[in-house]
Amino acid sequence: MSTKASRSAARLMLAPAVILLLGWMLVPLTLTLIFSFQRYLPLRGGFQGWVGFENYVRFVTSSAFWPSVQATVIIVGGVLLITVTLGILLAILLDQPMWGQGMVRILVIAPFFVMPTVSGLVWKNMFMDPNNGLLSHLWRSVGADPIIWLSDASMLSIILIVSWQWLPFATLILLTAIQSLDSEQLEAAEMDGAPMLSRFWHIILPHLARAITIVILIQTIFLLAIFAEIFVTTQGSFGTRTLTYLIFQRVLESQNVGLGSAGGIYAVILANIFALFLMRIVGKNLDR
Amino acid sequence: MARSVTTQRKSLNTFIAWTIGLLIFFPILWTILTSFKTEAQAIADPPVWFFFDWTLENYRVVQERSNYSRFLWNSIIIAGGSTILGMIIAIPAAWSMAFVPSNRTKDILLWMLSTKMLPAVGVLYPIYLIFIRFGLLDTRIGLTLVLMLINLPIMVWMLYTYFKEIPGEILEAARMDGAGLKEEILYVLTPMAIPGIASTVLLNIILAWNEAFWTLNLTAARAAPLTAFIASYSSPEGLFYAKLSAASTMAIAPILILGWFSQKQLVRGLTFGAVK
Repeated sequence: MSTKASRSAARLMLAPAVILLLGWMLVPLTLTLIFSFQRYLPLRGGFQGWVGFENYVRFVTSSAFWPSVQATVIIVGGVLLITVTLGILLAILLDQPMWGQGMVRILVIAPFFVMPTVSGLVWKNMFMDPNNGLLSHLWRSVGADPIIWLSDASMLSIILIVSWQWLPFATLILLTAIQSLDSEQLEAAEMDGAPMLSRFWHIILPHLARAITIVILIQTIFLLAIFAEIFVTTQGSFGTRTLTYLIFQRVLESQNVGLGSAGGIYAVILANIFALFLMRIVGKNLDR
Repeated sequence: MARSVTTQRKSLNTFIAWTIGLLIFFPILWTILTSFKTEAQAIADPPVWFFFDWTLENYRVVQERSNYSRFLWNSIIIAGGSTILGMIIAIPAAWSMAFVPSNRTKDILLWMLSTKMLPAVGVLYPIYLIFIRFGLLDTRIGLTLVLMLINLPIMVWMLYTYFKEIPGEILEAARMDGAGLKEEILYVLTPMAIPGIASTVLLNIILAWNEAFWTLNLTAARAAPLTAFIASYSSPEGLFYAKLSAASTMAIAPILILGWFSQKQLVRGLTFGAVK
């Protein structure tokens, strides 16, 4: 159907986006790659020679590396566990007939629209502060000693804050997926006397499998990169220094660009592993 | 047969759902309430709920002391600017891929998506250097460009999935009736594309407004948007809860309202059309 003229016009329309994204990807990434093989300290004269893979070795052998991997895995895993589990339950609940369904949905989704610095600071000060936070009031009112959240339970605190932000996303996507479930199938199972748990296990969960996979992949990619929530709360102390935060500190705080760049390349590789899986699913969807 | 439910069951659903909904919403509600209290009431134990002397004092102080409106203006310019700029580039791109697909269209779309997966921290220093070199550090233009670029893949994808839903037969019919390319775009496609374009704009304003990696790392005093302004409260000044609340409320209110309109689009936009 498309003529030769319309095809070249189409190419012209596509070009700006492709060129810009290509530049955005290639230029900085190439620079990072180049820096990663250099000894590069901007505060001490900048470029100080080529060092081969030394930065890569130093980054993974430094004492901060494994704890940061551990922190990353715990935070990403913890948030995924909470948001996906609660997200499924909430989606099923919100799909039930009730009064004020639209309003409840608005309440549940709202945290997603709160900017990360606000949610970090509101939780840190107004809820988790050991003296004046609402949670400490609550603990004291039942006679317990308040928890010093962000230092004594730092990981749990970060996981809670980030889960609060991402639960709406999981819920909303899973709810959308549930609503596409053929309700006749469920009714048939209900009439055949299948108990609720078995209906959930054999009908709802398999139907949600794809949506759950997508939620996990997309959230993983975003969660690997969380920054502001840590920046305004613990600043990476008390064991909350994730890989992203460690690289940020190496690059901008201690201005060891070579070392930080090697870390950056590791982060890029890690993110790409998850991205590959996600793109396979999304790509399959394009063919339909 | 519609699924029939007893009133009793429906009441129970309603009760549970509202309880959970309010629990999830509570931190936001509490922030809004606290913003109208005095500092003493804000940290009172036991907490005061609704019966206090409502005051607008905090809002006045936040504006006066820190010139809140400047940060607000920066946020508006950066979020709005990056969205408009992005749409100018994304609409033609998505359009051409949806209506004149080639055998490379799928690869290009997936490749665009992959640029979105690039972890920002991996390219932080190069961008930082480029910004210094071109005098873009702490400027609204610089930030607008970066936010446009990081959201461009989402814009293209979202528009693509919307454009793809416009049936091709309509175009053929228009052509048979003698419509040229100009009429085709102006009178046939544009009206059908507007809802998709509007949704994309909405989602991107939200994403750009809340972006908090580049806005924190590439701005200082002049171009800082609200994300960075709020982050400045992590210093001891954050101990003024009522002021923090007022500043937070003002920062999130516009986007909460926009967000409520964009629930459905959010799903499509953030799953790249994989869930609709």
